Amino acid sequence: MTTITKNKVTDLFLLNKPTNSNFVELRKAGLDYLESNGLPALKEEEYKFTQISKRLEQQITNFKSAQPASLSKVLVQKAIFEGFDGDIIVFNNGEFVPTLSIISQQNYSFSLLSDAKPEILGSIAKVENDPFVALNNLAFNDGVFISVPKGKKVEKPIYLLHFNQANQGQVVNQRVLIDVADSAEVTFLENTISLDEESYFSNTVVEVKVAQNSHAHYYRLQNENRQAIVVNNFVTDIHRDATFTSVATQLQGGMLRNNLTMNLLDSGCEGNMYGLYLLNGKTHVDNHTNVDHTKPHADSNELYKGILADSSRGVFNGKIFVRQDAQKTNAFQQNNNILLSEDAIINTKPQLEIWADDVKCSHGCTTGQLDEEALFYLQARGIGKEQARGLLLYAFAGEVMEHILYQPFQQYCTNLIQDRLGSKF
Amino acid sequence: MSKDNQILEEFTSKDYEHGWSVDMEVDEAPLGLNEDIIKWISAKKEEPQWLLDWRLKAFKTWEAMTEPEWANVTYPKIDLQALRYYSAPKKSNKPKSLDEIDPELLQIYERLGISLNEQKKLQGIAVDAVLDSVSVGTTFKDTLSKLGIVFCSFSEAVKEHPELVKKYLGSVVPTTDNYYAALNSAVFSDGSFCYIPSGVRCPMELSTYFRINAANTGQFERTLIVAEEGSYVSYLEGCTAPQRDENQLHAAVVEIYAAKDAEVKYSTVQNWFPGDKNGKGGIYNFVTKRGICAGDNSKISWTQVETGSAVTWKYPSCILKGDNSIGEFYSVAVTNNYQQADTGTKMIHIGKNTKSRIVSKGISAGKSQNSYRGQVQVMKRATNARNFSQCDSLLMGDKCGAHTFPYIDIQNSTAKVEHEATTSKIGEDQIFYCNQRGISTEDAVALIVNGYAKEVLNQLPMEFAVEAQKLLALTLEGSVG
Repeated sequence: MTTITKNKVTDLFLLNKPTNSNFVELRKAGLDYLESNGLPALKEEEYKFTQISKRLEQQITNFKSAQPASLSKVLVQKAIFEGFDGDIIVFNNGEFVPTLSIISQQNYSFSLLSDAKPEILGSIAKVENDPFVALNNLAFNDGVFISVPKGKKVEKPIYLLHFNQANQGQVVNQRVLIDVADSAEVTFLENTISLDEESYFSNTVVEVKVAQNSHAHYYRLQNENRQAIVVNNFVTDIHRDATFTSVATQLQGGMLRNNLTMNLLDSGCEGNMYGLYLLNGKTHVDNHTNVDHTKPHADSNELYKGILADSSRGVFNGKIFVRQDAQKTNAFQQNNNILLSEDAIINTKPQLEIWADDVKCSHGCTTGQLDEEALFYLQARGIGKEQARGLLLYAFAGEVMEHILYQPFQQYCTNLIQDRLGSKF
Repeated sequence: MSKDNQILEEFTSKDYEHGWSVDMEVDEAPLGLNEDIIKWISAKKEEPQWLLDWRLKAFKTWEAMTEPEWANVTYPKIDLQALRYYSAPKKSNKPKSLDEIDPELLQIYERLGISLNEQKKLQGIAVDAVLDSVSVGTTFKDTLSKLGIVFCSFSEAVKEHPELVKKYLGSVVPTTDNYYAALNSAVFSDGSFCYIPSGVRCPMELSTYFRINAANTGQFERTLIVAEEGSYVSYLEGCTAPQRDENQLHAAVVEIYAAKDAEVKYSTVQNWFPGDKNGKGGIYNFVTKRGICAGDNSKISWTQVETGSAVTWKYPSCILKGDNSIGEFYSVAVTNNYQQADTGTKMIHIGKNTKSRIVSKGISAGKSQNSYRGQVQVMKRATNARNFSQCDSLLMGDKCGAHTFPYIDIQNSTAKVEHEATTSKIGEDQIFYCNQRGISTEDAVALIVNGYAKEVLNQLPMEFAVEAQKLLALTLEGSVG
């Protein structure tokens, strides 16, 4: 068994060095950070309930980067849902696949990070944010850079489609940088597909800059295999009068850890975070969200809902920081959970840290069961118990789905949820 | 704004009214902490061997521990070797009645507003006062002993009821629990012991007053309350300390044991010296308080009004082991100037149908930091557990902070857990409304704050409620958000 110790982690993940010789400074920052800090230890507060290091130790035997898997047009076609009309960017174990992608570059531009060498790369997701950002810096080979120029609206959604499979190595690194210039608008969809049931470790960093007065939406589906260990660091800088909305739907995986950070950098901006985790089996999902209000008159809304069955485990940690300058802030956070089985566990920690006095901040958190009376009401009207349960659970979950404004994707996620609720629960 | 600032200024420069000390002859241990000191303390108190062994074991554990750093507070490290671990008012003869107690001592209590004399009869409170580290006298002992209630200083209990002390000491807060609990177990000098026999309803409020008087002294008292089957007791605790430049340490341990059908209500008004307006001096209040509802249908209720101390680190908790047991936590924590408070509770649901309720009201002013840190844990076998938590924060001024760290860990699908928190300030419209009706801004603030904290203050026993309300109004005098 491989030990992930403070000293060995850098060697371990550099078994095959990235072939790309760019990003020297970024890699150095990652290396320096990891050499002095390592990956999160057992008692680390931020990873208390999600022992990623331990899980890696148990499941990953080959720390080399996974080689490209065999992909075909058919596989890509299968991943496209009904009603979808837009561009597709395909990744094969973290590497961009030009032959299978459809990139119109209509009102936006696309390039590899190694070609564009954007200056802001690594300035939004910093190594201090999370050890796995440092690890990604160190190990990613190349990534993609999408920029939307000033005043342009990308009419059709851009679909980021990842195919992952352990192949002569179990580690997948992905890196995405999105730069939305002033007064622009864009919608992203993201989905990850596991090609088989083998265990892999995927470590993703997505950086998004939303400049003045622009609007960006990011809808993400996580439905990977039951052995997958996934760490995702998603960091957004939101500037004056801009809005950013993230909707995350999490259905399956081995151990998923999502760090979602929104830096509200100026007045008038708005950050929205919505999430649904609908878990069964032994899936472990951890959502750590972080909203940082630094300037006055900014708003944030957060709603995460969870339904946990079997021996699944949900972890939620929502941090809201309201800095001293951030007067007139409105920050709302809510986390609701339903436990369906004796073996399901939820650990939640809605955390507020406030240094400004003229603010409206609240958080709420509940854990409970379905309302027996509501169930009875439906049964009394001739709806079977199973169906009634499914209906009520869907009503609970649906509140999150409403925030996906791209209809075909909303329908796609809704179908997946309804399938799950109708069959298993 | 300038008026507000001026009022704020006045408030933040208000002096600590209990800041005085009386020079008395004291019997002190040498500075420092080692096995010899522990033996010295134990010998001084004529303790039996088992207790000394227990202390030494705790000391060994403590030596292997490191100071916890997870709390949301910053303070210079305490040099525990520069402290004195025992300081007692010198006594030539043991007082037999209150008349024989040093008049200077009585004067201290008079100034604190606690008279140890029979006046208390009218209020029905039995008081055990602890000065520096030693308990100086317990009132109403006779009345209580007729009912079989034991209420005395800890050292007395060790001598007279060793079997009880031996049975319950460390049963709720083990010596290995945390850094300060281990330290306390090794060096505790005195405290109060209270035993309510089966089926007895204690007819009066029991009360302890703590005061640190001597310089360079740490106060390490230990309170142990045992409520046997079907009994009831309401217990009050008050704290003050003189004004000194250097920081003083207070690391107490309170253990409560509630048997079947027993109910214990524990109320605290903590008003240790908070340091001056520049954050100099003040008490470090690192306290471990925990109760166990060991029997079915038992109930433990914590109520605290925290206005003092430079740094507070305190989490009165309940272990709900018995079926249908109930835990409650009501707290008002006020911080001003450079005070820091990290306080909250833990509710551990183990038994079936257990219920807990948390109401925490934080008020921060000046440059203070006020944190709520709580945990609600529902274990796998705790079916139908119910929790409701509410943590509100009120901010006054733009230089203070309010933080909430609620941990909610649920392992049972029948649990119903709710948590909500809000942060707000006193609205200008609220103040304006009061002003319009002829209520001055200052009175309006006191009115609003009192209303805000009412839910908690209502839980306090009558005599304390009045004191707490006054304290609250005084602490917040003139602060307008």
